[in-house]
This record gives sequence, structure tokens and C-alpha cells, in this order.
Amino acid sequence: MVQQSIIDDLKKSQILDLLEQGKRIDGRAFDEPRKATVEVNAIPKANGSARVRLGDTEALCGVKIQPDRPFPDMGDKGIFICTAELLPLSHPSVETGPPNPDVIELARVVDRGIRESHMVDVAELVIEKDKSVVGVFADIVVVDYDGNLFDACSYAATAALLNSKMPKWEMKDDIPTLVEGEESDLPTTTIPVSITMAKIGNHIVVDPNSDEWACMDSRVTITTDSLGNIVAMQKGGNDGFTVEEIIKCGELSIKAGAQIRETLKNAIKSD
Amino acid sequence: MGGRESTLVLLDENGIRCDGRKIDEPRRIMIKAGGLKNADGSAYIEFGDNKILVGVFGPRDVHPKHMSNTDTGILRVRYHMEPFSVGERKNPAPSRREIEISKVIKEALMPAVILDKFPRTAVDVFIEVLQADGGTRCAALSAASVALADAGIPMRDLVAACAAGKAADTIILDVNNEEDQAGQADMPIGYMPSLEKITLLQLDGVLSPEEFKKCVNVGVDGCKIVYDLQKKALNEKYFQNGRDQ
Repeated sequence: MVQQSIIDDLKKSQILDLLEQGKRIDGRAFDEPRKATVEVNAIPKANGSARVRLGDTEALCGVKIQPDRPFPDMGDKGIFICTAELLPLSHPSVETGPPNPDVIELARVVDRGIRESHMVDVAELVIEKDKSVVGVFADIVVVDYDGNLFDACSYAATAALLNSKMPKWEMKDDIPTLVEGEESDLPTTTIPVSITMAKIGNHIVVDPNSDEWACMDSRVTITTDSLGNIVAMQKGGNDGFTVEEIIKCGELSIKAGAQIRETLKNAIKSD
Repeated sequence: MGGRESTLVLLDENGIRCDGRKIDEPRRIMIKAGGLKNADGSAYIEFGDNKILVGVFGPRDVHPKHMSNTDTGILRVRYHMEPFSVGERKNPAPSRREIEISKVIKEALMPAVILDKFPRTAVDVFIEVLQADGGTRCAALSAASVALADAGIPMRDLVAACAAGKAADTIILDVNNEEDQAGQADMPIGYMPSLEKITLLQLDGVLSPEEFKKCVNVGVDGCKIVYDLQKKALNEKYFQNGRDQ
């Protein structure tokens, strides 16, 4: 995601030594995600927004909701699109310009987790079939980097969507026209939570921080829904997992995901 | 994925799928090692109606130079679809999807290749999807492994790939295009059978924890079928009549 420096090689042996003793470099248990701080409605001009801090990784998501033309073969469904971008102020190695493959993967994995959970009920976003639908755009920016952007971005988008208020449009003279003063919650069906796990040596740790991220052998991101189903998955990194490890990761993602889901719910409630 | 309504019967009452297969049956697979004259290694795969050509160059000089690594050789993968490979013409410029697939295939091959004997060099894998019909990334990864072996790149194992998934509430092997569009889940898996390691894993679609376990195991079994065909392809090229062709 960001360029790694020589110090990461030195830290790797320290991180590995600690893992052998059953410890992590920041003192967490292997299956313990960092504390997620969720601030919803951080950008009042957006239809929904959330700022999430996971350790020192910070992501900000704003949701914009506006009428759009439906996709040609999907006239009875609204549009949901999620993007992610690394801001140059998030890390010295981040440059401006077209996104590199890491960032493209980030955006697509975050989008897939939310999309495949069917969190946003796109069937409810139709203004007039085949003519006009509601488009929901969740744009995420990474503000600060401390490893595991996948989960920070995913939580920011999920929280922002839960916090979103949808304006109302009606067709007048074939043009979607805003109905003033009528707003409703964005129709959502579930709360997807992604959990990223890193494999370092033969150890699997939940929510790797930047030091762990820099020296991991491989990683897997698993998204679960409110019912405890697994809805999306992505393996990355230059090594592999055994079948047993992957099944263990599935179990970890359900357990850790349930904790994070409560954090997200509480953040929405306290708003 | 899971949203589109269709009149297509994905699984009939006899457990037969829309293309006539049983639930644990892969599509017809044909792998050929070699075939390109100028590439250092190459392979061609037909996986159902997918037709994919892979060429490998290297180890060779790295351009641009700043990408080279003084400790090890690097692997670069480009997955690309021809404009005519899909129903509606595809813009020939690399899409975000193709960039992501290039990356996951590269990371699926990295555990297999041994490049530390070739510092400051690159091994380039060019994957060209000539015709696509669901499951291109698995077919491409399987062919890329064979092409790397054909190029003589030292490898720990071949990476074999096959998708498992869920359609009509049933876990199935080797998801085709219709099942991908109208089905409930698609889980592409890349696996090194001798090392028992999963090196590519993605999922979209909803699976319960039990279905998830079953899906991984069904997919891994499918990879083992592909693995045998990969080995057969290399055998046919290099050991037919006991001579190097």
C-alpha cells in the first residue's frame, strides 16, 4: 500500500520473536482488532459520512445521493458505487497521479464487501423503472496510515451508509425533481464487517498494524454480514494459506466482526 | 452476482446444471504447453469456452530500471482481455478489474516461483484472454503456471486453479458464466497441491460458515483435477517419445 523502508526488515525478526512467545508488537492478543473510533456525520454537507480511526489509520467516507440513469440491464435497481483513494498527506511515499494497483485493489475489495452483503437495498432506489434511479456514491479517502486500510475504509463506508439520509425525488415532466423536506434513512439490510488477517511466519494475527503489515507474508480479508454469513473474501501477499488456516480465518472473521459490528451500531445510536 | 433474475434453470431435479454438468464436474479442460516461438515459455488453455494464451519472458533485464531489485528477480503479470473476447466490445485499455486480477494472479504465483537466483532481472507473464466465459482468472492462473514451467523458471510447485461456488442453494465446482451471473457465490481458488497451500482466494456471494468450509474443500479438489492436466501438458511436451521436442 505504501512504500516500505529498511527498518521493516529489522523489525520483522523482532515481531516474529514476539509472536513465537505468543505476543504481538503492540501487546494485543492475536485475535484482537485495534480499537475502532467511529465519528458519524463528520461532513454535514454529505448525505452521510463517517470518520474512522483504527489505531492510527484514519479513513473518512462521505456519501452522496443523487438521481442517476440506471445501468442498461438493471432498470429496476438503483446504483451503489464505492471508491477509495489515498491522500498524499497520509504517508510520505504516496504520490499524486493515477491510482496504483494496490489502491485499485483496496477500492475494489471494500466495494465488493459492501456490495455482496447486499447492505444497500438497491431495489428500493428506483424513481421510475428504466428511466431514473437513485445513485449512492460512497467515496473514501485515507487520511493517515498505520496499516490495514481495507478494514478502516470498510468501516468508514459502512458507518457512513448507516448514517445516510436519502432525499426524495419524483418524476415531473420526465425529470427527477426533489421533493423538499422529505428525507428518509437509506434502505439497508445488513451490516457488513470486513476483518483482515495477516500471516506472519506460521502465525495469524487480526487487524495488522503498519509494522505487521510491512513484514507479513500474506493476508486475507473476509467480510461477514449480520447473520454471520461470509459474503466476500480476498487473499493477497506473496505467500499462501493452508485449507485449515483459511477455515480458521473464517471463524476469526465472524468472531472479531461481531465486536466491530457492535462498535458501528453504538456509533450510529449515539449520533 | 446474485441480483439478476432469469428464467434459466441452474440446477434441475436430477442435479444436472445448465450446461449439462454434474455438481462436482469441471468443464472440459485442455492445456497445451509451449506453442509460441518467441516467448521463453508459453501455454494455451481452453477451459470450457474460455480460450487463454500465456507467454513468459525472462529472466531478463528490467525496464524501467528502478523496478529492479538487487536481492531477487521480480515477477510481473499482465492480465488482458481482447476487445472481442466478451459479448459487448471491451475497451482495449486495461480496466480496474484487469489491474486487480493481474495483481492477484501475480500474488498467487509468487509463492511458487524461486527468483532469488536471478537478482536485477524480471520475469514477465503476459496473459491474453482471447475468449471469456466465466472463470478466466482461474484458467489464466493455471495456464500461467504451465508457461512459467515451460520457460524453465525454478518453481516449488505448479499453481492449479479452479472456482467453487453456490448456485440454486447447492455448492458446485467450476462456476460458469451463467452460474456466476445468476448464482449465489463464486469463490476462485488457486492451490499448490504438493505444498498444500492456497495462493489465490477470492469470494463474492453469501455463504454460511458450513457452506464456506465445503466450498473451500470442493474448490481444492477441483484444483487437483486441473493439476493433473497441467502435469500432463508438460509431460506431453517434454517427455513424449523420451525426447525434448
